[in-house]
Formats: sequence, structure tokens, C-alpha cells
Amino acid sequence: MNTERQKSPTYILYKNDSRGTANHGWLKSFHTFSFGSYYNPERIRFGALRVFNDDFVEGGMGFGEHPHDNMEIISVPLEGLLEHKDSLGNTTLIKPGEIQVMSAGTGVYHTEYNKNRREPVKFLQIWIFPKTRNVHPRYDQLDFSSKLQQNKLLQILSHNKDDEGVWIHQDAWMNIGAFDRDHLIEYTLKKEQNGLFIFVIEGAIQIENYTLSTRDAIGVFGLSQVKATAIDNCKVLLIEVPPFLN
Amino acid sequence: MKEKEIMVVCTHPDVLSTILRLVNSRLQWNATGASDFKEAYELGRKQLFDLVLIGAGLSDEEEAALISELGEAKCIRHYGGGSGLLYAEIEGALSHA
Repeated sequence: MNTERQKSPTYILYKNDSRGTANHGWLKSFHTFSFGSYYNPERIRFGALRVFNDDFVEGGMGFGEHPHDNMEIISVPLEGLLEHKDSLGNTTLIKPGEIQVMSAGTGVYHTEYNKNRREPVKFLQIWIFPKTRNVHPRYDQLDFSSKLQQNKLLQILSHNKDDEGVWIHQDAWMNIGAFDRDHLIEYTLKKEQNGLFIFVIEGAIQIENYTLSTRDAIGVFGLSQVKATAIDNCKVLLIEVPPFLN
Repeated sequence: MKEKEIMVVCTHPDVLSTILRLVNSRLQWNATGASDFKEAYELGRKQLFDLVLIGAGLSDEEEAALISELGEAKCIRHYGGGSGLLYAEIEGALSHA
């Protein structure tokens, strides 16, 4: 397992059991970064990545109507069926193999409910700071399931509306992929100064001296290319973000 | 402990009221809302605030003017609306004030 060194790279490990937790009965949430009543000054953000919540919502339950502004809000469902409604007039369903993005901009209201009354819904809630404030709010979602190939990363988000996946108001990229054991996972950053946040949805990977298991994550700065090895069958999500607000 | 005085600026009335409600639910914080640049500017000149959260709706020029007038150290650009970021944002800003 190798990782190309350019300058002295920085690794920030986010172990599954070090995350903040919230248990509201209908919602169990694991916060990689400070969120809600979980406040850890050492865990505020990774570059422009501000929120990475691993949410479990009981059947038929969900987030009632609430507002947002000036944030790029991305949902990646892992299990179940999520119903989205917003003040832009969108009512949609979103399921695993899809990605949802909402640019809150000047202000938007939304609800997110578990459409299934019996089964829990599990999804990743990801917030990225926008590079431009007060944009016109917008919503989009994309089914990428037919493009997934085993042992290959698939880009599902970028900053460019003409590129693969959905787009947001930030120089960020998101890739997802499932890999067989012993397979090499390689990612070349689009911009050298950017950081890469790697989340293990399931399985295990090795990166440098770090072993990551299900729901562990690691942030890397200072590399132009990152290499990891699947040490078990795994599914990973990679997020490239600028190091600072711009 | 003395309450921290916080001004919240946001032109979206529903988002502003949500942020005010959330901030005021903390005993140690007292929030006052301003719904546009003019109101925020005048409020800031009349009253001393520990922190000013600049929410959505102001132009870049208005944000810069407000920060310049009220002192950059206690003004922060607020992100996310009435969201889970609010408490961390305020705690972080006040601890660095």
C-alpha cells in the first residue's frame, strides 16, 4: 500500500466510535463534525466540508419542515426510501443509488421523511460551504445506479453542471465505489491544494498506516494522489474539498 | 453569568425568526433580529453586541460595510440557517472573541 508523497501529508483520522451522537428515538445520528448539541472545537470541519452525519430514521418518521440558507446540502441514501419536499415545489423520492443536492442560498424550507412505515431509512447527510453566498436556491437529484461498476470509482458530484453527477456551488467532487478485497483504490485530486475525505460505508481499507473499518473516515491534505487498499470487500465515499473557505 | 448579546441579520423573515427562536432558547444568549442592512447598521450603532451573525440576503458590499462598521472580530458570516450548525458557530465565535 503506497501513497505518493509530494510534501509532508497530513492525515486526520475520524474513527466510528469517536463521532458525536444524537438519539431522538425516531432519529439516531452520528456526527463526524460538531452538529446540534454535539460541540467539539477540534471537530468543526474538514476544509469546506462542514457536516457529515450518518442518519438512521425510524419507519414513517422524519425531519419536519425547517429552513436553511447558504449551504450546499447533499443526501446519499444507503438503505430505504426517503421522501423530500421543499419550498421550491419539489416532492420527490430518493433511494440508494441516487444522490440529492440542495443549494440553500437565500433560503429554502424542506422536509425529509422515511417513506416506508416499517423499515428504517439510512442516509448520509453532507453539508459543504458554498463558495458564493446568497445564490438562488435550487434542488436536483440523480440516479447513478446504472453507471456503477465494481472496482471503479464513479463521480457523482462536482462543481461543474456539465460534468458527471450533480453539481454544487463549490469546487468539490464526490466519488463512490464498491471494491473487492485486495483491490487498489486510487484517486487523483483535481486541485493539488485540496483535501480528500474518505468514508468507509462498509468493509475495510488500509491507507498508509491507518486501517479503516465500517463508518470510519480519514481526511488527507498534502497529496496529489491518494492510494488505499481494500483489505475486505468494501464500499467507500470520497469527497474532495478546498482546504479553506473561498 | 452575563448574557451574551447577539444580533442576527437575515432578510428572509421565516429563517430569521427560526434563528432567533433557537438562539434565545439558550439562557446565556439574548438575540435581537435585523431584517436588512439599514436596520442592522442602526442597531449596531446604538447597542453593543458581543456577536453579530450575518445571515442570508445582504449583498457583498452590505456584508463588508457591516463588518467594517461593527468590527470584524465580532462579526461572522452565518451559514446554514436555523440549523444544527448554529450552536457550534456561536460557541466558536464567542470563545475567540
